[in-house]
Amino acid sequence: MRILIIGATSAIAYETAKCFAKDGVEFFLVARSAEKLVDVGNDLKVRGAKRTETYVLDVNELDRHQEMIEAAIEALTGLDMVLIAHGTLGDQEKCQRSVEETLKEFTTNCTSVISLLTILADYFEQQRRGCIAVISSVAGDRGRQSNYVYGAAKGAVTVFLQGLRNRLHRSGVAVITIKPGTVDTPMTASLKKGLLFASASRVGQGIYEAMKNRKEVVYLPWYWRPIMFIVRSIPEPIFKKLSLG
Amino acid sequence: MSSLDKKQQPRSWGRYPKVEHSRVQTVYWRSEIPDLEHFEQSLLPYGYGRSYGDSCLNDGGISLDMSHLRRFISFDEDEGILRCEAGVSLAEILELVVPRGWFVPVSPGTKFVSVGGAIANDVHGKNHHKAGTFGCHVTRFELLRSNGQHLICSPFENSELFSATIGGLGLTGIILWAEIRLKPIVNPYIDMESIQFSSLNEFIQISAETDKKYEYSMSWVDILIGEKDICRGIFMCGNNNQSREFVHKPVGKKLPLAVPFDFPAFVLNTFTVKAFNELYFHKQLSKSVHKVVPYEPFFYPLDSIHEWNRMYGKRGFLQYQFVVPFEGGFAAMAEIIGRIRRSGEGSFLTVLKTFGSVRSPGMLSFPRPGITLALDFSYGGKKTLQLLDELDEVVRQSGGVVYPAKDARMSAANFQAFYPQWQEFAQYVDPHFSSSFWRRVSFSEELVTV
Repeated sequence: MRILIIGATSAIAYETAKCFAKDGVEFFLVARSAEKLVDVGNDLKVRGAKRTETYVLDVNELDRHQEMIEAAIEALTGLDMVLIAHGTLGDQEKCQRSVEETLKEFTTNCTSVISLLTILADYFEQQRRGCIAVISSVAGDRGRQSNYVYGAAKGAVTVFLQGLRNRLHRSGVAVITIKPGTVDTPMTASLKKGLLFASASRVGQGIYEAMKNRKEVVYLPWYWRPIMFIVRSIPEPIFKKLSLG
Repeated sequence: MSSLDKKQQPRSWGRYPKVEHSRVQTVYWRSEIPDLEHFEQSLLPYGYGRSYGDSCLNDGGISLDMSHLRRFISFDEDEGILRCEAGVSLAEILELVVPRGWFVPVSPGTKFVSVGGAIANDVHGKNHHKAGTFGCHVTRFELLRSNGQHLICSPFENSELFSATIGGLGLTGIILWAEIRLKPIVNPYIDMESIQFSSLNEFIQISAETDKKYEYSMSWVDILIGEKDICRGIFMCGNNNQSREFVHKPVGKKLPLAVPFDFPAFVLNTFTVKAFNELYFHKQLSKSVHKVVPYEPFFYPLDSIHEWNRMYGKRGFLQYQFVVPFEGGFAAMAEIIGRIRRSGEGSFLTVLKTFGSVRSPGMLSFPRPGITLALDFSYGGKKTLQLLDELDEVVRQSGGVVYPAKDARMSAANFQAFYPQWQEFAQYVDPHFSSSFWRRVSFSEELVTV
């Protein structure tokens, strides 16, 4: 089994990779920091990975995506699975004051993902098998004042994945939308931890299972599915008056 | 800086004392450690909070949360040499290495401790009489000092800091990673023998007879039985099972239980402890029982009850562990047990063991040849503290020492008498590091008068 992971040093991706490592898979790990990639790569090797290749890339350099994916395919002589896990939880208030900031957040959380998926979709479609998993978010299910820039980016990814799933279904390629709720990771270190916070290892395990079982849309942990059902059902005239966290 | 709310405050396992850190600084990556010199308050690394007293607490200072530094670095499966970050727990190591035929060389009574914590407290386990402390099996580690120096420490390189850091209670800097020598096993099972004994004398006798034969030993004891015999208990000893047939025998996993809330203070008292002891002592009907058991219930019986420390209620508890030398140790042990019994303070879990003569490289290391006793006291204010002060005196007079990793109250005078090498150790303490424990025990009257 050969897996490409983009955003491999993120806490959730790492926890997912730990599960795969036990199965003795081969990894192509992509992230911004060379040092962190070495740390994660060594760890996965000790845990049982057959092979770990690393590649340093800032996903906002969109014109390097093609080159990175080609390198991954060449290094592992093909790909069976992809997990796109990178993302930033930008500062909503900063975004509101700055077009530049908003577009940067959008590039990281949405445009870069769509760019990667466009290239990868062709590869998997031709190969006629495999699995593409992408970490979106419950924040993409409905826009809220507290984080609608992040939410809109994730929402676009979710819709893109719906379409892609529809397209690749005929080629036997699974497209999985992962929607985690709030997860205790370095990305959320500054947030107050409420009852609904889940550990990265629980969410990572959930992603691993979803990828093994070729699921479609997965809420992690499961309780976010009913919660988001309710959140989506609130009529807009009422919703606009609420201040949900 | 906003202050931490109660739930975020790092606690020790005994939940006494409750101190207030100014904040928690989490360390996520070895390559992204903040500049330590730039913090205004003192620092102290913190892992999973399994130290009982205040050696892992830093009142008014900063707690460095090391629990995210938990990646493996390398594992030589032929030689059994494992290198990992300091926040990796022994539980994670066991999960990785047991299926590959290796085991941790030394393990305390819980596997939920970090490698960094195991080194900083130079922990010991059931095989002390054969294998010494955890520090005896550490081949090297990387220490980060607040001045930004990254030092590789081993018996051959920066050997003074190596020996000061082993048992150094986190005061010498941050351990970033460590390399340890594992122990080979054939399968995850233990051949275990439990032998009833009905006096302290008999314990010493059984101990002398079995220590050579068995790799692991410890005893559960009941100290509330009366003057003459001093204590009774069950001596548990074992060896790693050597049968090839057991290699793939599945070990049934029990779901962990948890203590869901703080028990009210009256639940644990002399009466309930006596009743428990009676039942536990007689749980085996014959004098000696032989069994083959998986390693987990043998090494970690309490790990199956998460947060068992809540049994002691909101006020928390004090753990007290000391060692007295074999020579004269019997009298001291008898004296101490007598005092505890007369005080009416019931210890729920009491463990007796003999330490061997394998020397630890640790400068401030606790274990040394003799008999060691570990007890829990529910925190009952002054009365409890006074009893423990009295016990300190008896230990001191007999030439014994009290264990800092479990302590929350010993006086500076007693600490300095127990560990006369403390001033030598103090030279290696990082100037930006401190702990509640260290401020208490390194207090010197001479300095105050200057």
